[in-house]
Amino acid sequence: MKNDKQRIVITGIGLTSPLGNNLSELREGLLNGRSGIVHTEIRHMGKVAAGLCRFDETKHQSKKMRKRGTRAGAISVFCTKEALNDSGVDWDATDKARVGVYLGITEHGNVETENEIHDLYNSHNKDVSFWSHHHNPRTVANNPAGEVTLNLGITGPHYTIGAACAAGNLGIIQGAQQLLLDEVDLAFAGGISESTETFGIFAAFKAQGALGHHDDPSLATRPLDVDRNGIVVSEGGAVYVLERLSDAKKRNAKIYGEIIGYHSNSDASDFVLPNTERQIECMKYAMKKAGIEPGEVDIVNMHATGTNQGDIQECQAVAGLFSGCPTTFVNATKGFIGHAMGAAGALELAGNIPSFVDGYIHPCKKIEKLDPDCAIPNLVNGEKIAHDVKIILNNSFGMLGINSTLIIKKYS
Amino acid sequence: MVTNAEVRTKVLDIIADIALDDDVTGIKDDVALREQLDLDSMDFLDIVMELKKRHKIEVPQEDYPRLASMASCVEYLVPKFNQ
Repeated sequence: MKNDKQRIVITGIGLTSPLGNNLSELREGLLNGRSGIVHTEIRHMGKVAAGLCRFDETKHQSKKMRKRGTRAGAISVFCTKEALNDSGVDWDATDKARVGVYLGITEHGNVETENEIHDLYNSHNKDVSFWSHHHNPRTVANNPAGEVTLNLGITGPHYTIGAACAAGNLGIIQGAQQLLLDEVDLAFAGGISESTETFGIFAAFKAQGALGHHDDPSLATRPLDVDRNGIVVSEGGAVYVLERLSDAKKRNAKIYGEIIGYHSNSDASDFVLPNTERQIECMKYAMKKAGIEPGEVDIVNMHATGTNQGDIQECQAVAGLFSGCPTTFVNATKGFIGHAMGAAGALELAGNIPSFVDGYIHPCKKIEKLDPDCAIPNLVNGEKIAHDVKIILNNSFGMLGINSTLIIKKYS
Repeated sequence: MVTNAEVRTKVLDIIADIALDDDVTGIKDDVALREQLDLDSMDFLDIVMELKKRHKIEVPQEDYPRLASMASCVEYLVPKFNQ
């Protein structure tokens, strides 16, 4: 039996997503089947489907700092300040040296590098004396987390966790681990992505035959559907305030849920193709650490990106573990908000956490023609269902064969 | 011939785009810019870069102190604008 110092709880959530800029807006969109995907113009690409966030970048930072920093930094600062405000933590009384910032990223720096090279070739005739002195501080991998520390005066550790599309989960896991190690007393942890600002990610997915497109942007990505189309790139962020339960109790904090288990492993098999066996292993180890059996899980949130290999392999993994579990339901989020890359795991978890309170499981975006290879039991398709949710298992997987599973339990 | 007043306006336009949260209309010409505005070394590099981008004026590193105040900026830059 763990004591309260060994239990990590979520006490604040801040986010921005293609469906809104706080938990209730995101939840409302998911429960009511709204799509946040739109068409937008991307340099060199023309019109593409994407998930864009519309939040006030200068709500929590000055205009000058926004201009000096990055879109990733702006998303990070916004989400973190929103999470802090939501948590009710007395910030003035908080020892800033005992606060850590741990943010998952798929990549960082492509936006700024593309912009500099574009200007270098198109405006400056390749004269590198015009290259910005801001380039290095903007593109260092810790930039998104570092901007948070500058904004909030945090003097504890900060860094990003580069973990492809598993990064959102990994950021939360890192935060929990640092609390368990007593390195910090409060962690801002989650994932962010600004990938929609680059043409490179769109062009690469297109070259791979994996970029989702459709005249109706809401149909551009349809995970688990025979006509799944492919990936829609999105931006977004979700940052959680994590604390040890003992500290949360001391200040009588609102508790969203408890991190009871997690795991991360590697496929060691392919640069991009997933691996069912390793995904099963990842979920199994996470459940073992949590001390639960598959039948105790109420929601499995799939990574489900809308690619043939990704959807089918993961469905086989989920079915392999949960097909005999009548009260375990499966949903996926990317049909509504697209693939938020480094933010995906954290953002998709946020979409499900309110189920502990409102008693619903949000659906997958309506799958009109379910791929027979994805016809797994208890798939919540198109309509929310009422269910007393106590445990959520959140999957996020990424390129180079990185898998992550995070398990959150309703606090009681 | 670019006048002192015109150079001052050009410099002020650049500073206004850098010190985005400050009111630059009341800048005192003989007081150091850093004492009046929230400017740091990166901002001064921005001023140098904008002079180069907008007006093709090069400010070598040894001359950076000449940009300390509006008055010193104008005194230093007028000859360069008129070269």
